[in-house]
Amino acid sequence: MANITIDGIKASVPDGSTILQAARSVGVAIPTLCYHPDQSIKANCRICVCEVEGNRLLQAACSQPVAEGMVIKTRSPKVLEARKTILELILANHPQDCLNCIRNGNCELQDLSMEYCIRDNPFEMKVRGFKKDFSTPSLFRDPDKCVMCRRCVEACSVIQSVHALGVENRGCHSMVVPTLGMDLIDSPCIMCGQCIHACPVGAIGEVEYIEDFLKAVADPDKIVVTQIAPAVRVAIAEEIGMQTGEMPMETFVTGLRQIGFDYVLHTNFTADLTILEEGNELLKRLGGGGKLPMFTSCSPGWVNFCETFYPDLLDNLSTCKSPQQMFGALTKTYWAEKMGVDPSKIYSVSIMPCVAKKFEAQRPEMNSSGYQDVDVVLTTREIGRLFRMSGLDFTKLPPSNFDSWMGAYTGAAVIFGASGGVMEAALRTVYEVVTGKTLEDVNFTATRGITGIKDAEVDLDGTKVKVAIANGLANARKLMDQVRAGESPYHFIEIMACPGGCIGGGGQPITKANAKRVERIEAIYVEDEGLPMRKSHENPEVKALYDEFLHEPLGHKSHELLHTHYHDKHKKYL
Amino acid sequence: MAEEMRIVLRNYGKVDPLKIDDYIAQGGYKSLEKARSMDKKALIDEVKKSNLRGRGGAGFNCGLKWSFAAGNVSPQKYVVCNADEGEPGTYKDRLIMEGDPHTLIEGMAVCAYAIGATQGYIYLRGEYPFLVETLNIAIGQAKEKGFLQDFDLEVRSGAGAYVCGEETALIESIEGKRGEPRFKPPFPPNEGLWSKPTIVNNVETYANIPVILEKGAEWYAGIGVASYPGTKVFTLTGDVVNRTFFEVPTDTTIRDVIFTFGGGVRDGKKFKAVQIGGTSGAFIPESLLDTKVAFDDMGAIGATLGSGATFVMDETRDIVDVVTRIMKFFEHESCGKCAPCREGTARMYELMEKVNDGHGSAKDTALMNKLGNVMSYSCLCGLGQAAPAPVLTTIKHFGADYQAKMK
Repeated sequence: MANITIDGIKASVPDGSTILQAARSVGVAIPTLCYHPDQSIKANCRICVCEVEGNRLLQAACSQPVAEGMVIKTRSPKVLEARKTILELILANHPQDCLNCIRNGNCELQDLSMEYCIRDNPFEMKVRGFKKDFSTPSLFRDPDKCVMCRRCVEACSVIQSVHALGVENRGCHSMVVPTLGMDLIDSPCIMCGQCIHACPVGAIGEVEYIEDFLKAVADPDKIVVTQIAPAVRVAIAEEIGMQTGEMPMETFVTGLRQIGFDYVLHTNFTADLTILEEGNELLKRLGGGGKLPMFTSCSPGWVNFCETFYPDLLDNLSTCKSPQQMFGALTKTYWAEKMGVDPSKIYSVSIMPCVAKKFEAQRPEMNSSGYQDVDVVLTTREIGRLFRMSGLDFTKLPPSNFDSWMGAYTGAAVIFGASGGVMEAALRTVYEVVTGKTLEDVNFTATRGITGIKDAEVDLDGTKVKVAIANGLANARKLMDQVRAGESPYHFIEIMACPGGCIGGGGQPITKANAKRVERIEAIYVEDEGLPMRKSHENPEVKALYDEFLHEPLGHKSHELLHTHYHDKHKKYL
Repeated sequence: MAEEMRIVLRNYGKVDPLKIDDYIAQGGYKSLEKARSMDKKALIDEVKKSNLRGRGGAGFNCGLKWSFAAGNVSPQKYVVCNADEGEPGTYKDRLIMEGDPHTLIEGMAVCAYAIGATQGYIYLRGEYPFLVETLNIAIGQAKEKGFLQDFDLEVRSGAGAYVCGEETALIESIEGKRGEPRFKPPFPPNEGLWSKPTIVNNVETYANIPVILEKGAEWYAGIGVASYPGTKVFTLTGDVVNRTFFEVPTDTTIRDVIFTFGGGVRDGKKFKAVQIGGTSGAFIPESLLDTKVAFDDMGAIGATLGSGATFVMDETRDIVDVVTRIMKFFEHESCGKCAPCREGTARMYELMEKVNDGHGSAKDTALMNKLGNVMSYSCLCGLGQAAPAPVLTTIKHFGADYQAKMK
């Protein structure tokens, strides 16, 4: 332990603590900008500088370890002047665009400017003049707003191992750019959107489709239908000032009707369906009918990653579409039939925690219904904006239920939102199919948690199945390299592009720390436990779908509507 | 009467750099042999006792630095020579490598033995490609003669970044990454190249080692100023008669460097200012010329010894114009990692240009003063910390020049 003094407060802190950690432990909040609790220390913004007695130089609190007897001042006049000047420098080349910016109200630079009472700037306002990059359907970059904290570079290159973002040039000309300075669409970017969470300001954000949505709602001819991903409900509460997980599903549904959806259905329905299709596909491959290990295919960021970096292993990917896309194909066929509506009038919206889903919906092959299966994808954040725009008071809204035919779901579907959930859901069904026995305890807890790579061996009455789960793509690479080398001991691998799984997706409320992902994961399993049905094959609407429409898993109809193929996206320069 | 004293340049002009036998004939590699016969701790103590302080500009006690690296247990350690020599107006390290590469190699080999390293790198400024062959030949000859033993020494080239003279940026560059400094701690003797214990010392620092071992720490400690003993190579440029180099004891005054060795101001003009240490050095007026050039003496007058580059300006020189050009240099050389330097160097240049073009006011100099001070204690590395010095010292000592440009 080291005995130190911070702003006159005496404290005893563990050896090796940084000034920042020590200060927080005694309630002294030192402002930061480039610091991120789940990333390496950058110490490049210099906002957190503090005075350390005996040193003429100010020390960055985030990187400077404490020493016995250290006397630290975090708010001396010298420090305040330094912080204010550094802020003014950053602001002087930052577009004064707050009113139009996607991060208005949720921006670390705005927060600092407010805290330091920045009223004017002695430096001449001069933005760098970079052009915005809207080349992808999922996310955009606005490089003029970049404060060069490099959190996005670490998210992309270290946590995701995609390396689509890097730093180019030197000094005041240095900038964060996609690979070789290309547009994002030409870079290895897999559109997971983890960079959006990493960015403290509005330099990266999701491509919004709110205007399209509102236009469709206003069009009396359009039937606006939505599906909601399981990871959305636990987080939507955060967008409107409630606690994680606190938004009841029935109130959420009412809220969605209020903002203009004619029909509210659930992606969980097709998540259950996916388990039926994918579970059977796994059994087929286990019996020699396909490549092993089989990888899940519901994470479009992961699919993009596989197509880009492991195109030689595309045959290992399940041919199942993601629940979103299965839903899209069925809405304009099965559901339209059941409802007696003209599928050409259906405006199919999907509410997702994900920005890669915006790209997935626009894939040319996603049109098995005869139309673009999913017309538009809105992120949890965009729904948050629509809710705030509508001024709804969620404490007063009455509950309402999902609409029919594609709104019922089990707990197995809910857990898709967390890393390990698809695996657990699959096991709950595959167990009963293979053993013919009823699964008494549906909890496969070995699959749960935010740990990057998990694995387990499941005994299906004598048949041993080895499974692995990865979240975050640097972790996925380890499993993939093993497969490529022919050394993988697994039969079935679940991969989610985003740390923690979909609850940490690129479209979720801006997620500042993994601690929040853990909170959302907990809420997912609480929801699962509270449901009467927890196995996908018990879903009555899924049963009805097979009885009336699909006839059998992996059958002809399924193949047409619910399965897909992949593309080698290997870039020449990789 | 001050006299030149050649320690690091003792063999300059006297040996053929491509003939190791010349160096051996001068007693070369005897110190390395002696070092290897000594207990490592005793060897480091001897270097410490000499009070040799770094000649690259930071002035840290050489032996003390070696003791930190030696104190770490690690199967792999590195000895790195900072031959980036980025300070404009400095070519002392070039002289040493051109004229007597073996004194550098021997010094590095002594360090390697002392700390327990078997791998060394000479990080050579990219603008000295002609020295790559010289160094490689010298290293090859030393290896052939069996002097290096288990010490493997390689030359690595820089690529034109002033910031790579900063030891951690240099290390990043060797690692193949962008040449950007790291925050310290950790310091390189504990975690340096590829996170291993690493000694980074300047060419001139290493060049002193063989002589210190030959003639003894006490002898060395008695030369020049006690707090910063030994000699320093000065390279003189600007409005000085003798635009050449000298090696003098550290108790020499600035006045002596310019007027005795430098021959005074050329063309009979009057002295106005001298900038010592490189482009981030302070501008020193006439009134402070009797300061000794030793590290701490310079610090006491708000100046730095730095690399020993000595840039003399006569009465006709427009100080504001000179400083503007200097700030353009820093804007260009800032690595861009930390906000106050990335933005600050650009703003300092912008403001100096405004003043230099006659559009400035007292508000601008006040702003530069504030910005310069903030940079000097907030920036991540020495580049940003020292870059404002020319502006700050000239606003202080040459305010009239600024006044003359105000609208």
